Amino acid sequence: MADTQNQDMAKVIEVEDLVTHYGDRKILDGITMDVRDGEIMVIMGGSGSGKSTLLRYLMALETKTSGVMRILGQDIDDLSAREFFDLRKKMGVAFQGGALFSSLTVGDNVMLPLYEHTDLELSTMEIMARMKLQVVELGGFEDLMPSELSGGMIKRAAFARACVMDPKILFCDEPSAGLDPAVASALDDLILKLRDAMGMSIVVVTHELESAFKIADRITVLDRGKILMIGTVEEVRASKNERIYNLLNRVPEDDTMNPDEYLARLTGEEYKVGNQPL
Amino acid sequence: MIHNIKEQGGAVIVALEGDVDLQSSPDARKALLECVGRKMPVVVDLSGVGYIDSSGVASLVESLQSARKIGSKLVLAAVSEGALRVLQLARLDKVFTICNSVEAGLEKVK
Repeated sequence: MADTQNQDMAKVIEVEDLVTHYGDRKILDGITMDVRDGEIMVIMGGSGSGKSTLLRYLMALETKTSGVMRILGQDIDDLSAREFFDLRKKMGVAFQGGALFSSLTVGDNVMLPLYEHTDLELSTMEIMARMKLQVVELGGFEDLMPSELSGGMIKRAAFARACVMDPKILFCDEPSAGLDPAVASALDDLILKLRDAMGMSIVVVTHELESAFKIADRITVLDRGKILMIGTVEEVRASKNERIYNLLNRVPEDDTMNPDEYLARLTGEEYKVGNQPL
Repeated sequence: MIHNIKEQGGAVIVALEGDVDLQSSPDARKALLECVGRKMPVVVDLSGVGYIDSSGVASLVESLQSARKIGSKLVLAAVSEGALRVLQLARLDKVFTICNSVEAGLEKVK
């Protein structure tokens, strides 16, 4: 999906000048980005860049310091508790570790959002759960316990649960982390399939470059709480920005250390990042 | 979502219209099972359905299974592209008999 073709697509998430803190420490600094209808937006960055934190804010799980966030056209600051609850039902989350309940069967884990949020008949819920397990190629596994699944299967079961309500937006935190390349690639294919068949908008946080380049329509590159660039795979690959180059070429952090910045960090002072060409 | 049920040529035609989603699928399920309960072949006309979610598809699955249990038939007619994608995603296009039109569906269940 070329970026230019997407300019006019509806935006399912809009973020303007988002600033967040943990205590006195600024974590995200002036984030402005959007996620368009039906696109896969990958958030990429090194460890500690703030990508998982940004994901939690995009899911409206945390309270921001300042800035504007609109999800599916609704400013989250204007929502009542009920409206917020209804909005959440349109969002699915596949957590990094799967986060399945160990005391529930795989099928009951997948059905859980339906139990919590709908009044559907049990027979309908069971069919929906089995359908979603079939989609993630776990058909027939509904009676197993999570402890009987491999790491890749747990991730897929988590995807089934995240999708069981047919969310408008799916969030995935490090879907490929800890998986062997073949299983990771199959999960990437699953993400593409869900987008294509169900028209979902999908936000994926990953540090796996291969995965990011395979699935992304656009990539947001984060570095130390700030956006370095937002662009298509081709644009990111072609970037002349030194930090993006280092990220893509896995240059260790020590080799890229800025002594002035390090000193400022040690002494608790704010370091002003200079403008770098993209 | 609304539905219209009529009998024609020895079969029941149930036409669903509008979106079939978490809110409306219980009504769709009730209508579909009521049609199956007439113990006649059922043609589900989906030409008026703009969007069908997983709960709507699950209602179709349950109705198909109910029809098979009593030795009857249930076919889908005029399935939209979007609905077909949802069926394909769960490989249900291999499970349902899908016809281009209600007329073709009626022919199929004869």
